[in-house]
Amino acid sequence: MIQLNALSYHIGPKSLLQNVFLSARPGEVLAIIGANGAGKSTLLKLLSGDLKPSAGEVIFEGKNLAQWPAAALARRRAVLTQQHTLALAFEVRELVLLGRYPHFGGQPTAHDHAVVAAALDLVGLRHLAGREYPTLSGGEQQRAQLARVLAQVWEAEKGFLLLDEPLTGLDLRHQHQTLAVARQLARRGFGVIAVLHDLNLAAQYADQVLLLHQGRAVASGPPAEVLTPDYIHLGFGVEVELLTHPSLGCPLIVPTVSMPF
Amino acid sequence: MPAIAEKAPATLTPAAPRTRERRGRALLVVLAVLLVVAVLVGTGAGALHVPIASVLGVLLHKLGLTSGWAFEPQQEAVVWAIRLPRVVLAVLVGAALGLAGAAMQGLFRNPLADPSLLGISAGASLAAVAVIVLEERVLKLVSALPGSAGASAYVLPLAAFAGACATTLFVYRVSRRGGRVLVSTMLLVGIATNGLAGAITGLFTYAATDAQLRSITFWGLGSLGGASWPTIATLLPFLVLPLLWLPRLGKSLNMLALGEEQAAHLGLPVARIKWQVIGLTTLAVGASVAMVGTIGFLGFLVPHVLRLLVGPDHRFILPASALGGALVLLLADTLARTAVAPAELPIGILTALLGAPVFLWIVMKKATKIA
Repeated sequence: MIQLNALSYHIGPKSLLQNVFLSARPGEVLAIIGANGAGKSTLLKLLSGDLKPSAGEVIFEGKNLAQWPAAALARRRAVLTQQHTLALAFEVRELVLLGRYPHFGGQPTAHDHAVVAAALDLVGLRHLAGREYPTLSGGEQQRAQLARVLAQVWEAEKGFLLLDEPLTGLDLRHQHQTLAVARQLARRGFGVIAVLHDLNLAAQYADQVLLLHQGRAVASGPPAEVLTPDYIHLGFGVEVELLTHPSLGCPLIVPTVSMPF
Repeated sequence: MPAIAEKAPATLTPAAPRTRERRGRALLVVLAVLLVVAVLVGTGAGALHVPIASVLGVLLHKLGLTSGWAFEPQQEAVVWAIRLPRVVLAVLVGAALGLAGAAMQGLFRNPLADPSLLGISAGASLAAVAVIVLEERVLKLVSALPGSAGASAYVLPLAAFAGACATTLFVYRVSRRGGRVLVSTMLLVGIATNGLAGAITGLFTYAATDAQLRSITFWGLGSLGGASWPTIATLLPFLVLPLLWLPRLGKSLNMLALGEEQAAHLGLPVARIKWQVIGLTTLAVGASVAMVGTIGFLGFLVPHVLRLLVGPDHRFILPASALGGALVLLLADTLARTAVAPAELPIGILTALLGAPVFLWIVMKKATKIA
């Protein structure tokens, strides 16, 4: 369980996040949505511990995030960031094995290698296990990194996965595949927090949605409560019409006006 | 899409065979064997040729063992007092430089990085040249100190070592912003510091006499000619820590390849690792440069060649660079003292002379592969 209590973050006089409350539970997929510059990535960086809050606190499993020993935290919680630079030409399997580093001392065990293979299966990259990472396409690199963070928390109890825009650069099939993996993990008792841009994907896959607007959490709750025309207009400045997905029953969001430029 | 296993994935099968890992292990064994052979051959080679069997005989005799390998007293004297210290020095310095090069490239996440980026060599050179030029005044100062009999021989290496440490510390402190050291900033600060130290070294060189210029030039070219058991006893304490500790940082440097934030998400104490790598590298390279002068290209080239063979995994690259550096410097030094015997080529010239073409060849080969 991750809880945010009155979390604020500012750089100098500029406030990036103000007084955000949130609880993300294991077994649920939480989508963070909002316009560019609303504070989504900042919020995720505070959740992951990259940034220290200016006020308020991040509580992970009843303990302040800053008080968690780094190694223990790494075995419970993995982070997929937006930047995927890799300085060296590791093979895909070597990259995914990096996710197992918090679990073994000197040499990886057979179990570690098995987890690497399973994580690669899950993202559909097993056939590229022996390829060098820089030779992959952008989408394949993204999925290889996802496999790495999956391998990191593979056997964690109530583990957490933080994903910052995990769908960037993925084709339609792999966008859905990635979110399906997130759902599967939630079913296994993981908590997943993902920054998403596509509201329809959020509607289809998330249990909870948090809408950020100018550094404030303006709405949070199940998709049907947050993804309303009023909130979407507030958050994005776009008029939308809400339909019901004919087969899935979740909200389907369609912009109604063409934007004047 | 296969479903996630509900239980711990004990029954999952690993993916295709891990060729790189097997090659990495094999490489370490091959390098170790080659190094042992090179030590025996190198100890035997020289003006007085000693057969390998006799070299083994002397070594075992010194270890208190009797063996069937016969040797003459003259051979024993040459092997033990002259050849072996030099071979051991080459192995120690080569291992230190190879290891330091690999660690720097890992830390800076840049295959072009090199301990000289931290200003280690420039700082050592500046201090050494200053000592050479200000020789008389410095020595007078030293001899005025109590209990300094015989200390003058150590003034130059000590000054060089202090210069290396001081420059690195300077680069490290200037690169610090709000408690964090950014390696990208460090790279720029290092380049500027190198330039500054080079300019001051130039000033000293400009003021030097002809005899001093000769000393400066030879110090800059590097030589293992000063090898003796006391030299090694002086150097060893500085090298033990880096030689034992740096190879253990393989996992940490692998994680750093992802970037600092991502490495921290994997539980790596990034600040502490940076401090360790920089400190240990300075210790290793500073002490080596102080003892034998600057030896170029070795720390840069060896990890490059090894990565071509077994990939970038630092768990193999670090120990392999130590073995490879030792092997290359030992071979180069053996060549340096036998090629134009009884004269001797400065080792720094030889490593660059051999290293640069090999490096160019790698670059060309890689370029054609990409094209």
